Amino acid sequence: MWQRHKTTNRRARNTLALLYCFTTLASAATSGVPLSSTNIFAPASTPAKTIFGLSLFVLGVALLIFVVVAGLLVYSAVKFRRRETDPNREPPQVYGSTQIELAWTVIPVLIVAVLFLATARVIHAIQDAPRPAATVDVTVIGHQFWWEFRYPKLGIVTANELHIPSSDPGHPTPTFLKLLSADTDHSFWVPELAGKTDLIPNRVNEMWLDPARPGIYLGQCAQYCGTQHAKMLLRVSVDRPADFAAWVSIQQQAAVRDPAASAGKRVFETTACINCHAVSGTAASGRFGPDLTHLMSRSTLASGAAENTPGNLRLWIQNPDAIKPGSLMPAMKLSDADLDAVTAYLETLR
Amino acid sequence: MSTNATTIENLASERQPWTETVHEWVTTVDHKRLGILYILYALSYLVIAGIEALIIRVQLMHGHNNFVSPQVFNRMFTMHGTTMIFFVAMPILFGFANYLVPLMIGARDMAFPRLNAFSFWLTAIGGFLLYFSFLGGSGLYGAGNAPDVGWWSYAPLPARAFSPGHSSDYWTVALLVSGFGSIGTAINILATILCMRCRGMHLGRMPLLVWLNLVMSGMVLIAVTPLTAAQAMLLIDRYLGGHFFDTQAGGSATLWMHFFWIFGHPEVYILILPAFAFVSEIVPVFSRKPIFGYPVMVGATVFIGFVSMSVWAHHMFTIGMNSYANSFFTITSMAVGIPTGIKIFNWIGTMWGGRIQFKAPMLFCLGFLLQFLIAGLTGIMLASSPFDWQLGNSYFVVAHFHYVIVGGILFALFAAFYYWYPKMTGRMLSERIGRLHFWLFLAGFHLTFDVMHIPGILGMPRRIYTYEPTRGWDTLNLIVTIGAFIQAVAILVFVCNLIVSYFRGAKAGNDPWDAWTLEWSTSSPPPAYNFASIPVVASRRPLWDLKHPEDPDSRYE
Repeated sequence: MWQRHKTTNRRARNTLALLYCFTTLASAATSGVPLSSTNIFAPASTPAKTIFGLSLFVLGVALLIFVVVAGLLVYSAVKFRRRETDPNREPPQVYGSTQIELAWTVIPVLIVAVLFLATARVIHAIQDAPRPAATVDVTVIGHQFWWEFRYPKLGIVTANELHIPSSDPGHPTPTFLKLLSADTDHSFWVPELAGKTDLIPNRVNEMWLDPARPGIYLGQCAQYCGTQHAKMLLRVSVDRPADFAAWVSIQQQAAVRDPAASAGKRVFETTACINCHAVSGTAASGRFGPDLTHLMSRSTLASGAAENTPGNLRLWIQNPDAIKPGSLMPAMKLSDADLDAVTAYLETLR
Repeated sequence: MSTNATTIENLASERQPWTETVHEWVTTVDHKRLGILYILYALSYLVIAGIEALIIRVQLMHGHNNFVSPQVFNRMFTMHGTTMIFFVAMPILFGFANYLVPLMIGARDMAFPRLNAFSFWLTAIGGFLLYFSFLGGSGLYGAGNAPDVGWWSYAPLPARAFSPGHSSDYWTVALLVSGFGSIGTAINILATILCMRCRGMHLGRMPLLVWLNLVMSGMVLIAVTPLTAAQAMLLIDRYLGGHFFDTQAGGSATLWMHFFWIFGHPEVYILILPAFAFVSEIVPVFSRKPIFGYPVMVGATVFIGFVSMSVWAHHMFTIGMNSYANSFFTITSMAVGIPTGIKIFNWIGTMWGGRIQFKAPMLFCLGFLLQFLIAGLTGIMLASSPFDWQLGNSYFVVAHFHYVIVGGILFALFAAFYYWYPKMTGRMLSERIGRLHFWLFLAGFHLTFDVMHIPGILGMPRRIYTYEPTRGWDTLNLIVTIGAFIQAVAILVFVCNLIVSYFRGAKAGNDPWDAWTLEWSTSSPPPAYNFASIPVVASRRPLWDLKHPEDPDSRYE
C-alpha cells in the first residue's frame, strides 16, 4: 500500500508539475513582478511541504476524474446529438442498468477511501508531531489589526515581524506558536511555511514551523477581523542561528536612552501615547498597541502597511488613517514641533 | 381537460384598473402567483447584489486601489453574500418549488395557501429590513451604515464591543424574519408533497423535481432552525446581557461557528438540490429519454440529505480542532462526493443513446454539468483538511463556491427559466437571445472564476479591500474583474429577453417541449385551479403514456 501510494504520488507529481508551471509562469509573465512570495506551492517548512505533497496527490486524482468524466460528458453530447438524418421517432427508452450503476457507485467509494487515508496520514503527521527538546516558543496574540509576539522563555515582546531561527534538518529547532486573540478572530497564514491556524478569543491554538532556508516569508491575517483586516500583514524573518541569537540579545535590552531625544520622550510620556504603547525601562507601559522598545529594529510600520521611514513614521503619528484607514490608533493632533520631537524620539529606539 | 380550462381563463381576463391588479397580486394565495412573486423579488435582489459584486471587483482591479473605502468595501461583501444567499438563491428556488410542485403532483394549490403567502411576505420584509440598514443602520445617531461583519458574522465581531450602532441588528433581524419565512415554506412544501398527490402518484412515481424538493424542505427544517436560534441568542447577547458569544465575558466564539455552519453547510445542499431538480427534469426531455436510474437518483438525494448534516465543521478546519475531528469531517465531506458522482453519471447515462436537442435549456444544463463537476473536484481538494489549511479563506475557496453557486445553481436556474417560462407566461423566450445569453455568460463566468482560483494558490486571502501590488496578484484580479463585467452584460441580455419575450414571444401552447410531466397537460399559463379535473397517473411520465398508448411507461414500472 505504502509503495503503491508512493508511485501514484510520483506520477501525480509529474503530471502536476506541468499545471503548476503553467499557473506560476502565467502569473509571473503577465504581471512582470517576481513570483509571488506567498505561493502555497513553494513550501519552505515541513508542514507546508507535507501539505504540498498531499495537494499534488489530491490534485492529480481530481484531474484524472475530470478527464474521464468530462470526456464522457462531451463524448455523449457530441455522439448523441440530434441529426437531420435521424428517424422521426423517439430513441430507445432505457430506464437504467443495475450493473453499470453499481460500478459507478463502487469506484467513487474506493477513490474516497484512498483519498481519505492519504489525508489522514498528513493530518496526523502535522498535528500530532512529537515536540523535540529544543524548540523556540512564541506566543502570538492577534489584535485588531496587528500581531503581538511574545517569547516567554527569552523575555522578549515584539510586534508584526516574527523572528525565528532556521532549523537544520539534522538537528531540528522548530518554532512552536501558541495562538491567542485579544479581540476578534484572526488567522495566522504564511503560505510558504505552513497552513493557516486561527487565533480565537478564549481559545488556545498551536502550530509549528521549521524552515531550513533563511529569508523573509510573507503572509497576512486570513480571517476577517474588522475594518483593516486587509492591512494586517505579517512577515516572518527566518534567521541563521547566529543572527537569531544576535537579534535576541538586542531585543532583551531595555530601550536606548538618548539624551538628544529627551524632548520627544517627554511629549511621548505626557500624551496618550503611553496608554497603549510600552517602551521598556520608561514610564510607558501600555498594552493595547505594539511594544515600541525596539521599533527601529523593524522594517515596517502599522503591521506591514508602510515602510519604516522617518517620513512614514511622522505621518503615522499625525494621521494613521492616511496609511491605514480604520486602524485603532487615534490621530494624536500634536503640534508640528511636538510631532517632530516624538518622531525623533522614536527614531532612537533601536 | 385543457379546452375547458382555456374557456374559463378567457372569461376572467377582462380589463380591470391597475390598482385592482396590484391588489390581487398583493393579497394572492395562489401558489403560482406567489411563485412568480418569489422569482421577481429574487431577480431584483440579484441585480442589486450583482452591482455590489461589481463594486467589489472594481476595487480589487489592482493593488492599492482607492475606488471605495475599506468600510464601504466590507459592507459590500457582507451585503453581497447575505443578499445572494438569503434573498436571491433561497427565494428564487422556493419560487420555482412553489410554482412547480403542485402542478407536477396534480394538485390545485399548496397544502396551506395562506401560510404560503405569509412566508413570502416574511421573506420580503426580511430583505427590506436588511436594506433599510443603509438608511437606518446607525439609528438616530448619524448616516446609514450597512452590516459589515461578513455574511457568516463570526463572533465576537457582531458583539456590541466590535459592532456598535444598529447595522448588525438589521442583519440579525433580517435573517431571523426570513428564517421563519423559509421554515413556513418548507413545512408547506413537505405537507403538499406528502398529502396532495393526485391518484396513482405514489412516492415512487413522483417526478424527481418533487423528490428533490421534498428532501430540500426536510433539510430546511433541520438546518434553518439552528440559524434562527443563533440569531435569537445573538440578540440576547446584544440587548439582554447574555454571554453566549460574548468572548470578553467568557462566551464561546466557536459555538457561533458551529451554529452557523450546522446551518451553513446544509444550506449549500438546500440550494443545490433544486438545481439538481431542474437538471433532472430538463436533461431527459431534451435527450428524449427517461431519467437513467430513477431509484438510485432518489436514493442518492436522500443520502446527500443525511450526509450533508454531518459535514459542517469542514468550514472550521483552521480553528484548531484535534486530528480526530479533522479526520472525521474529512471523510464525511468526501463521502458527499459519492452520491453526487452517481448523479452526474446518471445524467450522462440519460444523455447516452438519446437524441439531444441543443435548445437553450439544454445548453445551460450542459454548462451546469461541466462546471458542477469541476466545483465538486475542487470541493474534494478542500475536504482534504491539510489542503484546506492552505486554501481555506483564500480566493481559491471564493472561486470554488462561486463555481457551485454560479456555475452550478445559477446555470441550472437559467435552464429552468428557459424551460418553464413558456408555462408561466404562455410565451416562449427568444431562442436567439437565449444563445447569446448562454455564450456571453459562459465566457464571463470562466474568465472570472477559473482565473480566481490562482490568486488563492498564490496566497491571497478573501475579504481584503486591497492588497500589496508586489504580491503578483494584480493581473489576475484585473482579468477576474473584466469577466465579472461580461457576466453583468449577459445578465442584462437575459433580463431584456424576459421582458421582450413577455410581450413579443411566440405563443407557447400547452406543451412546447413535448415533455412528459403533468404541468404540461394544462394550459400556459395554467388557470387558478390548475386542472379542470384532477389527473390520474399510472407511471412517472404520465404524458408519455398519453402520447404513446402503444408503449406506455406503466408497462415497465
